[in-house]
Amino acid sequence: MNSGLIDGLFVFMLAGFIGFEVIKRVSPLLHTPLMSLTNALDAIAVVGAIVLVGEHKSQLSFILGVLAVIAATSNVVGGFLITDRMLRMFKSSRPTKP
Amino acid sequence: MNTAFAGNQTVIEILYLIASLLFILSLKWLSAPKTARHGVLAGEIGMVLAIGGTLLHHGIVDYKWIAIALVIGSGIGVPLGLVQMTAVPQRTALSHAFGAFCVTLVGTAEYYLRTPDVPRFMMSVLCMEVILASLTFTGSLMAAGKLQEVLPQRPITYKGQNFVNLSILAIAVAVAVYLVLNPGAKPLFPVMIIVPMIFGVLMIVPIGGADMPTVISLLNSYAGLSAAAMGFVLNSKLLIIAGALDGSSGFILSVIMSKAMNRSFTNVLFGAFGQVQAAAAAAKEEKTVRSATPDEAAGILGAANKVVVVPGYGMAVAQAQHKVRELYDSLTKRGVDVRFAIHPVAGRMPGHMNVLLAEADIPYDRLMEMDDINGDFPQTDVALVIGANDVTNPAARTDQSSPIYGMPILDVDKARTVMVIKRSMSPGFAGIDNPLYYMDKTLMLFGDAKSFVSGIVHQLSGNTH
Repeated sequence: MNSGLIDGLFVFMLAGFIGFEVIKRVSPLLHTPLMSLTNALDAIAVVGAIVLVGEHKSQLSFILGVLAVIAATSNVVGGFLITDRMLRMFKSSRPTKP
Repeated sequence: MNTAFAGNQTVIEILYLIASLLFILSLKWLSAPKTARHGVLAGEIGMVLAIGGTLLHHGIVDYKWIAIALVIGSGIGVPLGLVQMTAVPQRTALSHAFGAFCVTLVGTAEYYLRTPDVPRFMMSVLCMEVILASLTFTGSLMAAGKLQEVLPQRPITYKGQNFVNLSILAIAVAVAVYLVLNPGAKPLFPVMIIVPMIFGVLMIVPIGGADMPTVISLLNSYAGLSAAAMGFVLNSKLLIIAGALDGSSGFILSVIMSKAMNRSFTNVLFGAFGQVQAAAAAAKEEKTVRSATPDEAAGILGAANKVVVVPGYGMAVAQAQHKVRELYDSLTKRGVDVRFAIHPVAGRMPGHMNVLLAEADIPYDRLMEMDDINGDFPQTDVALVIGANDVTNPAARTDQSSPIYGMPILDVDKARTVMVIKRSMSPGFAGIDNPLYYMDKTLMLFGDAKSFVSGIVHQLSGNTH
């Protein structure tokens, strides 16, 4: 129990540092897609919700789980979709039209 | 646990490990436009692996409802992924709300499954998760409502607002402390959800449109942190990693935005926004401005060598980005060097202007950051300001009594000629007068951004024949 907690804190600290270093380098040009992408990744919370639904331990946890899976999945699908749409729009200079 | 289960567990953990790696790579590849789309793909693969791995979990007996929920969620997600680019800020706020909603629900379910035997540390993390997530939920809904203009965008402030807000938050924390000491106190748990929800609403009430980039970043950070807390509760390293990544991303963006607004970070952390509005000084005197017609503006722009366009939220409101692209095309065709100067807080969320201009097919290497372009204004023939105000206000550099003194601005006043497209002489969000408009080299172009730019383009293309 306690060692799990300490492990978790280590992971949190390291991931926080990696996030800080990686995201610092993201060009301000792409800050909007950055936000929509991290949002989609954050919706990984769906795994916790899936377990609640699948285990069906109580009526309450089941219902809350179903709602949570719906909310998170909409973020996963919508988040990746709009990030890709935005990134497709970013084009470099084209030769001027004749 | 028999060996088959243990084997399954190892497979799940390995899939989660790969997913974590892919998530980090996803953000790494996002750093440059060239590799950014690989980043999305990496994230998608990671997500599929993680969900696939979760379905192997030995305790899962009910696959039907998982499938139904996934399908419904996707059905809601697709239209949210296809919104207009101008609606991206409110969509983002809405998705923060959804993410926080999910975390609140899972936290609640976990509490009722585990009570009353919840170790203190676990209960503290669970309380933090639920408080952060529920205030992010209502706060983000409020932000989305303001951005969609369902709610009044005007900041609503009253005396003692911060005191009221902080007291409400303190109540939530007190309830949380009681629950940590007495995890069996079931009736108190809903209080710990509802009180932060009220705080979330009140937190956004004093927020005006110009503060939105900071607020959205802050809510992004809260959403990430609540997911990381959920990772501790569920003992899931994958969730801790994803939450930490999202949390640090939101944190970095909040810092960048608050610097660009010249707000201290504590000011941002405690949500004490909207103070500038109250400080607005109005020492009005009669000053004259020079105005010009689209024809005259076209003549000056056509004769220039270097033009810098400064877009702001007004351009987004007028949906003028496609007309601006036409202007860019016709000037470029004449050999004019046209670039765009993007202030970090231009628009309603970080990077908002870049997305709108990219949507209008303006190449991203023409979009310049504030620090990269400011030195070039003295060599610029024309600075064309479209729907931006406070981010161009030279009083921020010179006038110590100005409420925005110290805020980094785009130095458009150093260009040889300044043109400002504006509906009328009404001041910006902060009610601060902009001395830029009264300078001798400034021409005010009064009118709707879209139709005015359209008029200039028309005139320019007429002259080429």
